[in-house]
Amino acid sequence: MTALVPTENLRAGRRPSRRRPAPLGYLLLLPPLAWLFIAYLGSMAVLLVSAFWSVDSFTGQVVRVTTTGNFGAVLHDPLFRTVTLRTVGVALGVTVIDALLAVPLALFMAKVAGPRMRIALMVAVTTPLWASYLVKAYAWRGLLAPNGPLDWITGGHSIGYGLPATVITLSYLWLPYMILPVYAAFARVPSSMWEASADLGATSGTTLRRIAAPLAFPGIAAGSIFTFSLSLGDYIAVQIVGGKSQLLGNVIYGQLVTANDQPLAAALSFVPLVVVLLYLFALRATGTLEQEAR
Amino acid sequence: MRLSAGLRRFVGGWTILVLLFLYIPLVFVVLNSFNSSRTFAFPPSGLTLSWWKAAAHNSAAWHALGATAIVGVCAASLALVLGTCAAFALQRYPVWGKQPISLLITMPITLPGIVTGIAMNTTFHSVLGWNLTLFTVIIAHTTFCIVVVFNNVQARLRRTGTNLQEASSDLGATAFQTFRWVTFPQLRGALLAGGLLAFALSFDEIVVTEFTAGSTRTLPLWIFDNLFRPNQAPVINVVAAVLTVIAVVPVWIAQRYGDDEA
Amino acid sequence: MKIRLKSAAALLGVATLALSACSSSTTTTSSGGTKDIKPPTMSAATKVGTGEGKLNLVVWAGYAEDGSSDTSVDWVHPFEQQTGCQVNAKVAGTSDEMVQLMRTGDYDGVSASGDATLRLIYAGNVAPVNTDLVDNYKTISGFLKNQPWNSVDGQMYGVPHGWGANVLTWNKAEVKTAPTSWSSVFDATTPYHGKITAYDSPIYIADAALYLAKTKPELGIKDPYSLTEKQLDAAIALLKQQNANVGEYWSDYTKAVQSFESGSTVIGTSWQVIANLINADKKVQVGTTVPAEGATGWSDTWMLAAKAAHPNCMYEWMNWITSPKVNAEVAEWFGEAPAQTLACDQTSDKSFCDTYHATDDAYAKQIHYWTTPQKQCVDGSGSDCTDYAEWVTKWQQMKG
Repeated sequence: MTALVPTENLRAGRRPSRRRPAPLGYLLLLPPLAWLFIAYLGSMAVLLVSAFWSVDSFTGQVVRVTTTGNFGAVLHDPLFRTVTLRTVGVALGVTVIDALLAVPLALFMAKVAGPRMRIALMVAVTTPLWASYLVKAYAWRGLLAPNGPLDWITGGHSIGYGLPATVITLSYLWLPYMILPVYAAFARVPSSMWEASADLGATSGTTLRRIAAPLAFPGIAAGSIFTFSLSLGDYIAVQIVGGKSQLLGNVIYGQLVTANDQPLAAALSFVPLVVVLLYLFALRATGTLEQEAR
Repeated sequence: MRLSAGLRRFVGGWTILVLLFLYIPLVFVVLNSFNSSRTFAFPPSGLTLSWWKAAAHNSAAWHALGATAIVGVCAASLALVLGTCAAFALQRYPVWGKQPISLLITMPITLPGIVTGIAMNTTFHSVLGWNLTLFTVIIAHTTFCIVVVFNNVQARLRRTGTNLQEASSDLGATAFQTFRWVTFPQLRGALLAGGLLAFALSFDEIVVTEFTAGSTRTLPLWIFDNLFRPNQAPVINVVAAVLTVIAVVPVWIAQRYGDDEA
Repeated sequence: MKIRLKSAAALLGVATLALSACSSSTTTTSSGGTKDIKPPTMSAATKVGTGEGKLNLVVWAGYAEDGSSDTSVDWVHPFEQQTGCQVNAKVAGTSDEMVQLMRTGDYDGVSASGDATLRLIYAGNVAPVNTDLVDNYKTISGFLKNQPWNSVDGQMYGVPHGWGANVLTWNKAEVKTAPTSWSSVFDATTPYHGKITAYDSPIYIADAALYLAKTKPELGIKDPYSLTEKQLDAAIALLKQQNANVGEYWSDYTKAVQSFESGSTVIGTSWQVIANLINADKKVQVGTTVPAEGATGWSDTWMLAAKAAHPNCMYEWMNWITSPKVNAEVAEWFGEAPAQTLACDQTSDKSFCDTYHATDDAYAKQIHYWTTPQKQCVDGSGSDCTDYAEWVTKWQQMKG
């Protein structure tokens, strides 16, 4: 499952290939780039442009006259600020919990389990992805209910519904997306390096800290992109287990669908977009996302 | 492979705990599919097989499953072609702008679904004036599926190098023969794993789908609707339980044959 | 309509003014009010000819069941056999989507809710209906006929289908004395702190407004969907105060039922069908009432497309869906009061109509049906009202 790991720098000497003319490369790039430019960047451009439109309060129709009012509202309304901070907090919480859960498990899969056990674990970790999101979220609603199973087990100290329940549910939903890249990163730490460290007298703990952790970090970073950005845009789990809280996704959804204020929704959706881009740049700055694309 | 005994015990124990965390809710789902309460009340108000019977006769669910499969297969196939092209171009040709191109391919999956969903909804609906159908869902899903195929194929290409291809053409094979007999077999596992992951992503996608599906129902949307229709709500537990069990097969195949070098 | 649309977000979809669509053909006078604006002139059919063999409908999920959800729930196939009209039903998720689908001109009819009907009428998307041609119309509940949301100047634009109220629901074990006022969910000092539920949609503001109309007459609220800025702020302040006591808001009924059953909620606004489900599960017992202040609710109407390609089949359908047996089936599957009075003899549960107060005139009179708030006050009182977009923003700010 290297699929989720954008980086891989351990490849030994690659020499420039022969007979590989650039024009053929561009020809190959044409279909995917055409697709992404038209379907994706085109849509994003429409989104950006539409964020400068407004809705005529009399007719309810979108008016295509440029205004910066929507971005003004996004920047100045304290509601959007509070909700953005809350949402980022939830997304970070989910990311940290998933990383904590994933790292030891990934280490076990990569360095302790035998080949058969490894495949079995891989299957065990990826299978939950196929159970429906909504069904799983509702399962957590059931588990966390007052008088629910967790309440029984903890003797009436279940956390109930609210933001903590939302964080747990989202952590649950996105956990496999963290485990897979972390595992792939650990798997790429050569056993020889591990053994050399041990031979040189390092304890397991030291080896972990000095050798494995730096090598596993790109995996955590890759996984965190999923957990962070998926949490940032989520508006369904919080409706199911979030009590009375609302997140950024709910606010955007409400403006788009309920209020039919497409332009304001577009302007608002630039908030998660900017947050994710900032997050990506922060990761890039740490050098963990070193893309293999020279 | 020399973790100290203490560390091995710790990570082993942790693994068991995480597996419990992953599976307790799923066990709960299966249990609820036999719960006679219509809304998953706990403890169950009684046990029944009626939801399983109802699910078997629910043609809307089957229809939605069919729609989901069509979307998944089409989106994964398109993503396979587009992602493989991109991976080859970036990995094997001296093209310009590799970094921004990689970022562009990765963007659809890293930006929150609600952003992509709104952008595509606006484009399809307001700008192009299209009706939202399965076709628009396929376009949307393909867009964020390209990256998983791309990453898989790119990683494989990187590991395999070009020696075999060069040997093949040195020995007089045509470009097609080389692809058919050398490159493709090398890539088969990566394509399988990438395609399956793309299918899985598409299969359970709900946010982007919600904004691009109009009134067509994929399985996740059908499940969503059923939460608003208490006559049928427990049927979704049956569907989820069945899907989870069935999913073990393709997941296992992909692990077994897909990532054989991991 | 309870499905998604009526639920949360969707229901009031676009805040398209009913009036806007015909602004080209009429002049909007400064005095405002819908009475100055007329829908395009169209004449109703005078007879129903033979069916055209096809019928394309836009429906709420559950209104045109053909056995695909449950083999025992099927009133589409019998209709097809009887009339030869092959039904193609398109399920819409929201009122907005319904309006858009109807504007494509591809459909013959629609099961429109009160927040879509006027938009369709004034835009000329639907035609007047000659109710004399619909035999079953005669026995439809009188209080649903010639209402502001389904008629203009005494001309019906459709046939009523069914309706329901947003009732006050409480857990009988936890709330010992049956509440008679919405004060039990709005008072700051409620004994049910953290266990109150409310509907998760800005349209719930109307419930607060309705309560204020009765308890704070000085605000001058006459219609809960026609609120001035000041009145809206008062309703929001009340909701903010309520928010402190709310455990969770609900929008889908699986969540609502579960919330009561698990004890997360002991009192709050709900639907009769939800209460029935809870009581049928026998975990907790709940009671329902329309409190002294009245309640909000919904009402749906089958309407005929102005440019219907199969108008005769649509007339057949309107007659079919309001026939006693079929109307009873739809109402029971859906959990709403049937519009057809004779349906009450046909329900499988003999007390169904009593439970839903289907023929209870006095009960129905207390219900203020959902409609889209607009700048041009929907009760015709002027043009200084707040529109739905503003409600949404204020609602979000209230939730914080």
